[in-house]
Amino acid sequence: MLKQIEGSRGMAEAIALCRPEVICAYPITPQTHIVEALGELVKSGSLTPCEFINVESEFSALSVAIGASAAGARAYTATSSQGLLFMAEALYNASGLGLPIVMTLGNRAIGAPINIWNDHSDAMAMRDAGWIQLFARDNQEAADLHIQAFRLAEALSCPVMVCVDGFILTHAFERVDVPTQGEVDAFLPRYEPVQVIDPADPMTIGAMVGPDAFAEVRWLAHHKQLRALEIIPEIASEFEQRFGRRSGGLLRPYRTDGAETIVVAMGSVNGTIEVVVDAMRAGGVPIGALDLCTFRPFPAAAVRDALRGARRVIVVEKNLALGMGGVLASDVRMALRGEPADVQTVVHTVVAGLGGRAITQASLGRVFAEGHAGKLGELHMLDLDWGVVEREVARMSENRRSGPTASNVLRDVGPSMRRIG
Amino acid sequence: MSQRIKFYQTGTLTAGNRLLDPETRAVQSSVDRSNALTSGHRACQGCGEALGARWVLDAAMRATGGQLVVVNATGCLEVFTTPYPESSWQVPWLHSLFANAASVATGVAAAMRSKGSAVRVVAQGGDGGTMDIGFGALSGMFERNDDVLYVCYDNEAYMNTGVQRSSATPPLARTATTPALGPEPGNEFGHGKNAPLIAMAHGIPYVATASVADLHDLEDKVEAAMKVHGARYLHVHVPCPLGWGSASDDTIKVARLAVQCGLFPLFEAEHGEVVRRTPIRQRQPVEAYLRLQRRFDHLFAGGRVDVERIARLQAIADRNIERFRLLTGD
Ligand SMILES: Cc1ncc(C[n+]2csc(CCOP(=O)(O)OP(=O)(O)O)c2C)c(N)n1
Ligand code: SF4
Ligand SMILES: [Mg+2]
Repeated sequence: MLKQIEGSRGMAEAIALCRPEVICAYPITPQTHIVEALGELVKSGSLTPCEFINVESEFSALSVAIGASAAGARAYTATSSQGLLFMAEALYNASGLGLPIVMTLGNRAIGAPINIWNDHSDAMAMRDAGWIQLFARDNQEAADLHIQAFRLAEALSCPVMVCVDGFILTHAFERVDVPTQGEVDAFLPRYEPVQVIDPADPMTIGAMVGPDAFAEVRWLAHHKQLRALEIIPEIASEFEQRFGRRSGGLLRPYRTDGAETIVVAMGSVNGTIEVVVDAMRAGGVPIGALDLCTFRPFPAAAVRDALRGARRVIVVEKNLALGMGGVLASDVRMALRGEPADVQTVVHTVVAGLGGRAITQASLGRVFAEGHAGKLGELHMLDLDWGVVEREVARMSENRRSGPTASNVLRDVGPSMRRIG
Repeated sequence: MSQRIKFYQTGTLTAGNRLLDPETRAVQSSVDRSNALTSGHRACQGCGEALGARWVLDAAMRATGGQLVVVNATGCLEVFTTPYPESSWQVPWLHSLFANAASVATGVAAAMRSKGSAVRVVAQGGDGGTMDIGFGALSGMFERNDDVLYVCYDNEAYMNTGVQRSSATPPLARTATTPALGPEPGNEFGHGKNAPLIAMAHGIPYVATASVADLHDLEDKVEAAMKVHGARYLHVHVPCPLGWGSASDDTIKVARLAVQCGLFPLFEAEHGEVVRRTPIRQRQPVEAYLRLQRRFDHLFAGGRVDVERIARLQAIADRNIERFRLLTGD
């Protein structure tokens, strides 16, 4: 049914259609609306049987999901930013135990300085935790990916994180086609666990593993991720057949035919990027885009195929791995390493949208044009105010007790939020 | 030196006496006990925790007719029972992390409720996993009154990592992080917390303390706990020969002295109020308890007895006796 609703509401309705049996979460902006809506659906009796548990921390939220999943229940949780880091230990545990928990991550920056707005630092920080990570481009896909996520998680016995841009998706009102219960039931069978703690068949789960077998167990967890590369497209195509729209999959090339420059990105920024690509194409620039929906497992071969023929790749990413650069760009460079020496593609990293800074068409257009003309450096910070940076660097070198950087920068920038727009 | 062994022929301190009527015999005395934690595990000889865990879970298995799952925190109990593929557990058993046993158990209980299953949940951990790193999760489970019995096996330190101090370590005890050095040797006075009393402050239906020194009392408390639904807490005192420096065959004796001197009071509480206490039958001085444990060696070094410090510990024991009315039990 077509609805004009908040992204969070659309996701909550889709999640409820998946019949989760245990939901637990701890509040953090911008994830809150999803969980509140689910709480309402449980309390009003429209989602039943389902236990909705308010816990005292994110660490416990995921731990409750771990217990519920190990006991054979379909379990769901959601978080953002600091909350994801607070559950870090349990993230590795859930994947290590092979529990098909589904989590929504309302992507948000990580402090200090504390910041509630969108970027991808949280997801990137947990990229190697053994969770499948899918990124939604809009609210329709955000809803659809959850339905696919339960199916995928349970097919592999591996947890799945659906990453949705905080505020940009979670709080935006858009048209969302919410499927019917019958459609979802036909797509998503009942959860059949591969392991379950059950008095009828006592099992030891979570045993200690020493050097004799640890590597094999880890490899098998990696093997699940490799299998996911095959299963994700199958699930997406079955979804398309049943629901009549494309959602999910590994990646989506956009106007890459004959493109000399291809822009790679994840999440909602792809909408803006495609508008810029259209404009540049209209101006005769051979440029295209690649929207990466699956980040973990990293679909290296599919990325390589999609980028084949491009001379330049511009990776637009919402994170800055301190002391290194861009996480996504590093993975893209890795993917291209298998190419023969005569087709060396130059990969640029454009770090954009940190802590919610707006990514405008104008700025993207400028940087893509520079990139296409070969004038872009390896690492570019979109719309960074170098004056502010240089003044703080100078302050720090002049005065040992220069004070907190965040306060100094804010004082320098001034009271307005002008930079955001 | 030959050891004096005292056999109890009758009474509540015997495990199984055929003179007792079957109803009052211990679960442990029955050939039908489930042996939830069976032999072959790697605990040290005389490990109080191994003993306590088997007794607790066998009693819980009996109380639930075998409809039980167990969630275990990281710690000695987890490590010595599961050097996979060998597992000593004959119950469905799940280990997740050090700090989250209470929350994982909440999740299991929620799954059971959601599925309409009658299977019950016991969560268990050491004093560190319970009172320190897992305390937030435990408090949350209590506060929500989730249907979980949480059992803390209190051996008064982080044993699995090599005997470091926890918030359950008594004053004066030497641990790897409270060495018997300097002007205040061993653990400090005035530190630490009383987990059962904090559990009671949550107003949960049932809180009890128990000791491996008193099998019947312990089993009764497990049974009482399993009769109730909601959050329940059982704090079991379990000597650790390795960490305490006591003889492996003195585990029960040491545990009994802790009870008899008043340092470890045995009581039950319902909805935040103490409703029963187990009276001390033969009161013993704290010193008798301390002398069996090398972690208190510094109090008796060079033939001198550190009367002053021992008196401070005795004062704590005396206060417990008064506070919980342990001599009369009324
Ligand atoms: C987050 C985390 N911190 C530290 C550890 C290391 N560690 C494992 S067991 C343990 C001590 C356990 O002490 P306690 O809970 O009292 O159980 P015991 O071994 O004494 O029975 C520690 C510190 C860990 N596994 N996880
Ligand atoms: S160190 Fe202590 S608690 Fe651990 S197995 Fe040995 S006796 Fe038991
Ligand atoms: Mg301990």
